[in-house]
Amino acid sequence: MAERRPRRSARQALRALMRHHLTGVVAGALLGLFVLAALLAPWLAPSDPVDMEPMQRLQPPAESGLMGTDIFGRDVWSRILYGARVSLLVGGVSVLLSALIGTILGLVSGYLRGWQDYLVMRVMDVLFSFPSILLAILIVSINGAGFVSIMLAIVLVQTPIFARVVRSTVLVAARTDYVQAAQAAGASTPRILARHVLPNVTAPMLVQATLSISGAVVLEAALSYLGLGAVPPDPSLGSMLSENRVAMEQAPWTVIFPGLALGVLVLTINLFGDTLRDLLDPRVRSATSV
Amino acid sequence: MLGFLIRRLFVVVLPTLLGISILVFGAMHLIPGNFVDIAIGIGPDVSPEQREAIAARYGLDAPLPVQYARWIGNVVQGDLGDSLRTGKPVAGEILNRLPATLELALLATVVSLIIAIPAGIVAAVNRGGVSDMVLRTGGLLGLSIPNFLIGTFLVLFVSTRWPVLPTTGFVPLGEDVVGNLKSLTLPAISLGALLAASVMRMMRSSVLEELGKEYLMVARAKGLSNRVVVMRHAVRNALVPVITVVGIQTGYLLGGTVIVEQIFAIPGIGRLALDAVLQRDYPMVQGTTLFIAGAFVAMNTLADVVYGLVDPRIRVK
Repeated sequence: MAERRPRRSARQALRALMRHHLTGVVAGALLGLFVLAALLAPWLAPSDPVDMEPMQRLQPPAESGLMGTDIFGRDVWSRILYGARVSLLVGGVSVLLSALIGTILGLVSGYLRGWQDYLVMRVMDVLFSFPSILLAILIVSINGAGFVSIMLAIVLVQTPIFARVVRSTVLVAARTDYVQAAQAAGASTPRILARHVLPNVTAPMLVQATLSISGAVVLEAALSYLGLGAVPPDPSLGSMLSENRVAMEQAPWTVIFPGLALGVLVLTINLFGDTLRDLLDPRVRSATSV
Repeated sequence: MLGFLIRRLFVVVLPTLLGISILVFGAMHLIPGNFVDIAIGIGPDVSPEQREAIAARYGLDAPLPVQYARWIGNVVQGDLGDSLRTGKPVAGEILNRLPATLELALLATVVSLIIAIPAGIVAAVNRGGVSDMVLRTGGLLGLSIPNFLIGTFLVLFVSTRWPVLPTTGFVPLGEDVVGNLKSLTLPAISLGALLAASVMRMMRSSVLEELGKEYLMVARAKGLSNRVVVMRHAVRNALVPVITVVGIQTGYLLGGTVIVEQIFAIPGIGRLALDAVLQRDYPMVQGTTLFIAGAFVAMNTLADVVYGLVDPRIRVK
């Protein structure tokens, strides 16, 4: 692979990346576009995403706006922009939180072993044995529908995954010579963890984080679809699918565009994550590499 | 094998079930407001004295651990309390809804496996070829497109054009077998796409791994045809890791029923759970989540056991 070649220019590296991971590069670029569109939504959106215009209901794309209007006369394109913003924000923040908590738990569990390991892993097993939608249902029944509940649900679903990924890496790292040398030299446990163990975790965690964000985006959309997430009239790619369902036969653009946006967003995140895994961990055979 | 089972039961399964029950029980006590009101569903027009009397009658004045012990005692005996909406037992309602969900999940699983396993073999044997590319792209789409999106697009593009497959109106199996299968076709596809995609991918990489092993070289060297080598040797061994994927994914299938049953108006447990949370029917929320999570654990344990049966190395470890 290209990265083993010593000293190469940035242009060479880019060319190698394009040659071996074209899908990943394209996916990364598309993902960048999504992030940019979400960030710039207030400037890109031609009209307010929640403002209802009863006279403008179900206008086809040719007559009103880029993607027509929905069942309440709102501009579909504007709502998609804001919906993508919600998807990425909810997904990003909750995955960041899960990664943080999961890393701490995984470190403790994998390095200290013993009863701490057993306790943490059993709690993770319990969380793992709830289908994510079910956890969300429990949380919504406590906290009511809304983005806070969704994020809590995502954190509860994703933390065990991070804890397991980190733990398994730590288990291997703890047995290496350099960690044992540090132990023998009398380094404190926090120092060993931070300086010698944690760096091993970075690559698998980065890969997991990408895949987790795609899972989080799907879960947010799913919960909003069911009416457990976004509270109307808040825009969300998931709720756009359900609120326009009654009108989708006469106005298919109200569900096709948000559906495509969601599908392409998740697909690009997955492809990007696969490429990241190829680059960071060449041992793993992935979906996109032959 | 028995030792493996018993160890598995006491170290993993029972603690997990205990944790699930504590979580579900605890969640209901975290709901803001007076728990007596929530549990019994009484309005604000009840006087404090009456409320106390009701609490005493249902044992809701006892300390939490005592309440938990009583509750779990009832659960073990199949008593999940009564619905706040209908007043009927939650357990009975779940049993009423079970057949539709079970049938949907089973149909989705069977259809997925029938498609995914041969597809995985074909992709592996033709690695890098056109069929491999097509199947892998399909697999990636199946993994990436959420079930409610598949469901929505199926309704939009298939049933409106081809009304043979209805979008709503579940027909029970007992009433009309053909109508039942018709009403479950689109839901099963929506629900099973993810399972099919993950099984196909797993099968592909698993067969590829087996094909690279030495014993297959020996099989080829002694003159066995390619067909025999792949089907009799590689596929048999490649199926082993797929079992785990199926076990885990079938669990997720149960979660997916919540959405798919909602899209296609199927009166199953998933819909029961969703309606319960939207109507604040807390005993029903408690019962359905406990039931589905328990079923998930059961599925995973079953997968572990089958895995142990098929691959003796797991047991020894």
